[in-house]
Amino acid sequence: MDQTETLPLPPADSIVIEPPGRGISLGLRELWRYRELLFFLTWRDVKVRYKQTALGAAWALLQPLLTMVVFSVIFGSLAKLPSEGIPYPIFTYTALLPWQLFAFSLTSSSTSLINDQRLITKVYFPRLVIPISSVLAGLIDFLIAFVVLLGMLIFYQVPLSWRMLSLPLFVLLAVISALAVGLWLSTLNVKYRDVRYVVPFLTQFWMYATPIAYSSTLIPEKWRLLYALNPMTGVVEGFRWALLGSGEGAGPMVLVSAVIMVALFIGGLAYFRRQEDHFADVI
Amino acid sequence: MPEIAIQVQNLSKRYRLGASQARYKMLRESIMESLKQIGRPKNSPETIIWALKDVSFEVRQGEAVGIIGRNGAGKSTLLKILSRITKPTSGRALIHGRVGSLLEVGTGFHPELTGRENIYLNGAILGMRRAEIERKFDEIVAFSEIEKFLDTPVKFYSSGMYVRLAFAVAAHLEPEILVVDEVLAVGDAQFQKKCLGKMDEVSKGGRTVLFVSHNMGAVEKLCKKVIFLEDGMVSAYSPDVNRIIRQYVMGGYDSLQHPVWNKSNDFPSNEWIVPERVALTDESGNIKTLPVSNDDTGVWVDLTFTVNKLDPALVVGIALYSDDGELMFWSYPNDEVEDKWPRLNLGRNQLRCHLPPHLLNEGSYHIQLIASLHFRLWIIEPNMSQPGIPFTIQGGLSDSPYWYAKRPGRLAPILEWKMGIE
Repeated sequence: MDQTETLPLPPADSIVIEPPGRGISLGLRELWRYRELLFFLTWRDVKVRYKQTALGAAWALLQPLLTMVVFSVIFGSLAKLPSEGIPYPIFTYTALLPWQLFAFSLTSSSTSLINDQRLITKVYFPRLVIPISSVLAGLIDFLIAFVVLLGMLIFYQVPLSWRMLSLPLFVLLAVISALAVGLWLSTLNVKYRDVRYVVPFLTQFWMYATPIAYSSTLIPEKWRLLYALNPMTGVVEGFRWALLGSGEGAGPMVLVSAVIMVALFIGGLAYFRRQEDHFADVI
Repeated sequence: MPEIAIQVQNLSKRYRLGASQARYKMLRESIMESLKQIGRPKNSPETIIWALKDVSFEVRQGEAVGIIGRNGAGKSTLLKILSRITKPTSGRALIHGRVGSLLEVGTGFHPELTGRENIYLNGAILGMRRAEIERKFDEIVAFSEIEKFLDTPVKFYSSGMYVRLAFAVAAHLEPEILVVDEVLAVGDAQFQKKCLGKMDEVSKGGRTVLFVSHNMGAVEKLCKKVIFLEDGMVSAYSPDVNRIIRQYVMGGYDSLQHPVWNKSNDFPSNEWIVPERVALTDESGNIKTLPVSNDDTGVWVDLTFTVNKLDPALVVGIALYSDDGELMFWSYPNDEVEDKWPRLNLGRNQLRCHLPPHLLNEGSYHIQLIASLHFRLWIIEPNMSQPGIPFTIQGGLSDSPYWYAKRPGRLAPILEWKMGIE
């Protein structure tokens, strides 16, 4: 590339357009410049989701609530699964909340790029904005469903605790897990539309591999760390610990989950950034 | 001398045909393909096309530059690279200033959202700040003329309203460099005029404009310079807009050549018809030599094509352009009463159309085969491009001793004159 040397350096506000390079930068500064677009796309997803539904945003409440009722009847009353001495409905609802946040965000972010393919082929912006905004839209549903949890905490007279302050940390873990998997799947989806069919199975299996309907104490002690390779295990255990004070010994599991999650996230980010130059050509 | 706004150096873009033709792949196919590839040389030449080859040019600040060329010449690829939607395969471009690109109007419009909401969403997508959108909101609404429906979801809009709103947002984008692709080709004539006016305003306001269009009239009005792309290469770049347009319209043929277009592989395919040949002939099918004289029996336009799929609304006709890109007319075989229509068959068809003498004035023209499903979709859009031929008309204006030289005007009809009955 000898021609680059003959050129004067471009002024600060200019853009250099070059073939895809080898290095990967996260492009966080540029992402920050496009934060308003991130806001508007999230706002669009939230706004559009419940348009033309009779119940509207009530769906965000009903989905975890109805699942909780079903689980309470089948697993709590009929199968009598142990719930560490905590009333089964609140035991499972504290797990359903982060799970649904994860599952919805994962599902919508995995199809986000192909749903916005018009944008990708016609306008420039950091492509990360798209999966991130669909994950953020899932967060809004979570906040709505969280109100029910507050009601249940009062109803079951769960005592307040300093542990509750750690909750946002576990919400963040759930969000980043969803984004991590979402980045992988959305990128794959650009090239292979198979992803669309894989995601429903994936979330279904994943749910049973996560201690939502049951307690992780059912897993033999020696397998627990292996079990925690599922990042959602750590999130769910964390939620239960923060809100209900259960699972005192879950610390190592949360740690393992967090490490796996960070690795998955960094990998997903790198894969996404590497592939995004070709999105407009392939999608 | 104003500073350079866009500097393009040896830009090339390669597409693998397999990847761009199949819209997407299944995992299985991709595995099968790689199995098939074993034992075959990689990158076999037929799977690769160069959309751009070694393109270099510079645009100075405040210049309005038009980019013309036939379908597949690389115009859109060039704009996509300069808008940073896709990356070049080699070479580079430097852009000094904020770029706003408009490759489509209404990108990101959501049908469920109201007009008001879409203004904000679309504005943000085009790169406007929220405060900027708020400031220009009333202006945008006024320009779009949809005040009454501002709070109606755009899915209830007519297509005209939709386009007006979309263009109104786009028109209020104020980047230093504006990149525009064929967006003026939408909306009704009156609105197009308004859009053109807005574009003119933008370029006169000292901003740099890159403008792709098939509308030669618009290019001529707006642009001070033209880049003519052919097969991914810059075949001309000059401030002599008129000459380049003429060169483009005439397809680089010299006027002594024979007026025939033959099937070419780079013509984009469709599921309905494959054009095979367009030719100017005499009545018995012999190819004419140019220039065509106005006084003989007239000229026959022979259209040969293969129909792959029949539809009652399928129609193949011609569009005729003057050399500066103005559309003279379209003509279809079913312009007359129904029992006179020629019926298309599956397989090879030939249609012939008679261009009467003493209709067009002396000059250069371009004739194009066009095809559509009536009132539904364009199969081959009239855009003064392929499949088509340029031709010239010279001589034979009339037998009158007073009309031997070319008069102004597009048409040169000999009309019937009589004394009044008074």
